[in-house]
Order: sequence, then structure tokens, then C-alpha cells
Amino acid sequence: MQTEKINKNLVLKNAKIIDPFKSTEINGDIYIKEGKINSIGKATYPSSSKIIDCTDRIVTHGFCDIHVHFREPGEEYKEDLNSGSQAALAGGFTRVCTMPNTSPAIDSPELIRYIINRSNECPIYIHPIGAVTKSQKGKELTEMKAMLNEGAVAFSDDGVPIENSTVLRNALSYSSMFHGNIKIINHAEDLTLKNSSVMNEGITSTKLGLKGSPDITESNMVLRDLEIAKFTNSHIHVPHVSAGKSVKHINSVKKDYDKVTAEVTPHHLFFSDEDLQNYNTNLKVAPPIRTRDDRKILINALKDGTIDCIATDHAPHALEEKECGFNCASFGMIGLESCYGAVNKILFQENNLNTVSLIKLMTSNPRKIMGFENDLLSKGMDAELVILDPKEKWKFTEKNIYSKSKNSPFIGEDLLGKVKYTIVKGLINKI
Amino acid sequence: MQLKNKHLIGLEGYPKQDIDEIIETAFSFKEVLDRPIKKVPSLQGKTIVNLFFENSTRTRISFELAEKRLSADSINFSASSSSLNKGETFKDTVKNIESMKIDAAVIRHPFPGSALMLTNYIDSVVINAGDGTHEHPTQALLDIVSLKEKFGYIKNLKIGIIGDIAHSRVALSNIYGLKTLGAKVVLCGPSTLMPVRIEELGLTVNNNIDEVIEWADAINVLRIQRERMNNALIPSVREYRRLFGITQSRIEKHNSELVIMHPGPMNRWVEIDSNVADSDQAIILDQVLNGVATRMAILYLLLSGKTKKDS
Repeated sequence: MQTEKINKNLVLKNAKIIDPFKSTEINGDIYIKEGKINSIGKATYPSSSKIIDCTDRIVTHGFCDIHVHFREPGEEYKEDLNSGSQAALAGGFTRVCTMPNTSPAIDSPELIRYIINRSNECPIYIHPIGAVTKSQKGKELTEMKAMLNEGAVAFSDDGVPIENSTVLRNALSYSSMFHGNIKIINHAEDLTLKNSSVMNEGITSTKLGLKGSPDITESNMVLRDLEIAKFTNSHIHVPHVSAGKSVKHINSVKKDYDKVTAEVTPHHLFFSDEDLQNYNTNLKVAPPIRTRDDRKILINALKDGTIDCIATDHAPHALEEKECGFNCASFGMIGLESCYGAVNKILFQENNLNTVSLIKLMTSNPRKIMGFENDLLSKGMDAELVILDPKEKWKFTEKNIYSKSKNSPFIGEDLLGKVKYTIVKGLINKI
Repeated sequence: MQLKNKHLIGLEGYPKQDIDEIIETAFSFKEVLDRPIKKVPSLQGKTIVNLFFENSTRTRISFELAEKRLSADSINFSASSSSLNKGETFKDTVKNIESMKIDAAVIRHPFPGSALMLTNYIDSVVINAGDGTHEHPTQALLDIVSLKEKFGYIKNLKIGIIGDIAHSRVALSNIYGLKTLGAKVVLCGPSTLMPVRIEELGLTVNNNIDEVIEWADAINVLRIQRERMNNALIPSVREYRRLFGITQSRIEKHNSELVIMHPGPMNRWVEIDSNVADSDQAIILDQVLNGVATRMAILYLLLSGKTKKDS
């Protein structure tokens, strides 16, 4: 990756400019003056401007990922905010929300402040998600208001589902007092049904002799969560939907209740449980990769709007934590660097989703969920853009990984569409 | 004759020709075991490490005897006395052992997939001696050798596998091996101990033990672990015996010719009555003896042919 400062004048020339917020697509130039958008379309600019030729390329909002793990503080051997930022830039992401399952968990205003201070030194925008309960223990609520004041954007106990329904009810009710449609994000897996399983339950788990858990492990809790949110008239966001049955519940609740949003990961769109047949521990993830049928339902749910956005759940783990055998391997995989190429391949190439809709899933939709400024392609805005080659075919390899950890099941996969430049915080990053 | 695969990891997709070869070779080694001097020089100079990351009595002694009777040098490793307790990773442990120049590793490990994983870390021949709840191919092969010895054929033989299928590595390997050789397989056990969609492996599930006893030529009775009650899988061993126990009265009533197998260790009066286990129709101790001959056959076929270094 080559990084340089945006000089006084920068022109992205001859681009296909997609504005996901306004749902427009035009061909033309973008003139960026002193780091800010000056004009779009037929731009006039000084002849001394730096020009990036964007012929056959898309210029659009920088991607936004509302679900990443940057492991700081506590597990910096896996990732830190700097290395995570590099991985994000490589994937076209200019803005991410970090999960609070660090060591210690981000469960106080002081720790939110720590992340905010550290993120100011980073080349992307990083927004911390605070824990719902102290130490993610599912018992006492955190000081949500003070954490919001310090910069928290949402609350989640991350991988630890809030099992106690009264605690979830109170968390939802309490968070609804504050402005900004604050979301509670609950990892939906009924741990009593999950029962120490390591993958989806089906013919593949039977053949591998691995313990599986059925799709209702997720969908039962999704249904409970949605009903409690509705009951308390508060906002809930469903992370990494994996099961077709969960989609059904989300769809039916969304019909008469609009404070529900949901995300899906690239890996749940790309893989199915049959891909685990060689015990590839990089595919061990929670919730698990499910069946081909679930995968189809997830893809359709993105098309019809039941699921609002893509989020990677980028979860770095050291090699040793993945190569110790399937049962003891850690759950999770990295996903930032491979996201666009994987999602574009599945949704655009294989499922005919149009490019504007696809880009919304990674830009304006997640930004809307988190309440981020969304009119990025208007005069005076700081340049927060990505330049894409939507037609480039490439094989994802370890060399494409900027994360400290290499736990990606996409290694060796053919992808379609590549991030060429990520422009944010006054820097041009050539990938 | 050389086997198609370098390792023996499982019987899923294992070539029929190679299973047949192992059976034939096992019978010839069984003759060796009847001699006053039960040792042949076939694997002289070969070093085999028995990596036991989980306790085992029968399988371990069986492998050790097979190795010694083929004149191989064998080394034992057990997890309890290992540096794994000092925090060393599995990969480091096995790479260290391999660097001392070995020819084969026999591995027993509690995790499914661990034998396959070992083939990624070392170049030696790997033999799976049981990987968690996945496969136990040498047990299935010795079961098949025992059936062949008893009946003279495997094709169309009717085999019932009884009990805790979900936690068994013996069941899956038996299913694959028996199906490859054309046997008919019926599984019988509590629905809570039956893996999902197992019928898709080309067999039938029937939880009426009387019907299965009546139908089968032979049954393989699996061990019921008493701890299973803790997870609400079965109510009691008494209830289990009532529904699935191989009792004298069931055998007498439904099929007095039935051949009884058990991979051990047995819970007498739980999954099998003592007098059935000790009856003439039980071939349980034949299985144990055939285990040594079968493992000799496997080791011989995998190690005496062309090795990587020779080729």
C-alpha cells in the first residue's frame, strides 16, 4: 500500500460516480480541493492538479463496516487499531465500528475515551461500540449515557448473548431514552441449544463427527430479541444473520415495526457448511456457516431489504489459535480485505444485484444504522471515498492481507472486483 | 501390492480394493499369530510412534503388539506425561517427534479431524487410531475381518449397529467400510444419540431393537457411557436396557443365530447382558485377536512398500 497526502488539488477523472445516498450514477470528474469535495461531474480545476485516471472505475463513498474486532486493548498480538486500520484501508473501508470484547471489555466511559484517543492517530475513522453490561457478564448495565458522551455509537456484549430476558428488556428500554436511535446489538445464539457445538448441525457435521447446532439456535433468540425490542419500543440491530429462519422472523417483524435493522457477513453469503469438510478451522465461526439453502435466503434478504447491510465481523486470531484442531480453534475469521471482491462476486455476478444497490449495502445503509453523516458527495465534505475496479478478477492470497492475523478462508478463492484507492483523512491510499 | 492412500485416516471414500487387500493380508498374519514364534521381520528398521493424546488400553496394546510382531521399533507417547502439559502446541510436539526420524505415527486424539490435521504437519505415514467422535478405521477393519472370518462374505450381510451412534467413532467407520463392501446396515439406538440425517449415508434407522435383532445376521453393540444421563440424553441405564439392551431373552425370542460383536469396553448388564457377551454366538474376543492381525496388515501394507524416500 502506498500512501500520500492529498495535495492542494486532486481530480478523480473520468469516473463512474455512484452516490449511494442520493441513488445516482453519473460519469464525470470529482474535484477535491484542499481535501474537500469541490465539484462533481463537469469539474473545472487548476491544471497543476494531481489527476487519478478513473476510466472504467467506480468512485463512491468509502465503505463502512459496523462490526469489526481490532483486539485493542489486550490482544495486540492479533490486531491493534493501527494494523486493523491498514486492513480496513486495503478493503476500501474508511469507517469502522469496533466491538467491545477486548481485554478489558470496553464497558466504561474511560475506555471509550481511550479508543477515541487512539483512533485519532489512525488513518481511518474508528467508532467504539460499548458493552451493554459490565465485563459483558449480562448482569449490570454499563453507564450508557456517559459512554455515548465520550463517543460510543451503539452497545453490544458482542459474542456473549444476553441470555437473561429481563436484562435485555432493561438494556433496550434504557437505551431508548437517548437521542440518536441508539442500537442494542445482541449476538443471537441460544447457548443452551448451541450446547458447545462447533458448526452447523447437518449431514456435514454428522460426517465429520463434529458437534453441530441447528438453525433455531439463532432464530429462536432473534425472535425473542425482536419481540422484546418491539415491546419496549426501542431499536435493535441483529448482527451476522446466518439462518433462513432468522430472516423470516426479521421480515415479519419489520412489516409493522421499523426500529429493526440487520447485517450479514460476506462469509455467510460466500460459503456453506459443506465447505468445512476438510476441517478448515478458518471456517469455524459463530454463528456457524449454514446450508446452501440458508445462503440463498440470506442473498435474497439483501435484495429485498430484509437485511440492511454487509458487515465483516473481522475477527483476527493468531495462527496457533486456529491450527490446534477444530474443537479447540477459536471462533472467527478476518474479512475486511476480501469483503468487496467476495460480495461483488456473489451479489453482482452470481445474483444480478445492481451495482448501486450493492454499494448501498456497504456504505449508506450501515452509515444510516449508526447515524453517521451520509451526504458525502456534496460540496464541502471531507473526501471519504473509494475507487473500485468492479471487473478485476483476482485470487485472494496472504499477500493481500494487512491484518496481523491471516485467518481467512478466502485465501485461494477467486474474487471479482478490487479496491484500487481508499481516500480518507486527507490521505490517498493506493492499494 | 501398495495401498492407494499413503495414510489411513478414515474409511469414508476408502477404496474397496484396498479394504479387500487389508482383509486378505490380515488373514495371512493371523496364521503367524498361531505359530509358536509370533514374530516376522517385515518392518525391521522401521520406527513407529504411538501418539496417544487420549487414554486407551485395547487399541494401544493391539498396535504395540502388531508393531513388535512385525519387528518394528515402536515408541509410546501419552498426553498425560507430555510437554503438552507445559503449554507446547500440538504442532510443535509432533514436529519435534518427527524430526527424530520416524516412519509412521499412530494417533489417538479426542478431537475429530486430528489425524487429518497431523498429515499437514508431518511427512510420515499417519494411521488414525480414533479421532474423537469421527472415525476409528482400524477398529472397523478388524470388525469386518471378524465378520468375513465368521460368514465368509460381507456383501448383502445384514448388520445392526446398536447404541450411542452420536458419540461413537466406531459406528461411522463401520458404516463406511460395510457400505463399501455391499453390506446392509441398520442403526438402532435412542433418538437423542442418533446423528442428524445419518440415513443419507445409505442406511436405515430403526429404534425397535426386537425388529433389528430379528432382521440382522450380526450386531455390533456400542458402549453406553453412563455420563450421558447428565446431558438429558437418556433417563437411566435401566431404561436404556429396557429399550435397547441386548438381553438373553431378546436373543432367544427373536434370533438365536445372531452373531454378537462389541468393540469394548463393555458395560455388562447395560448395553449387553453378561451371559450374551460370554455366549458362543459372541465373537468379541475374536475381534480382539483379529485386531492385532488387522493392524499388522495395515502397518505392513503402508510401510513395507515403496516409501517416499525410496521413490
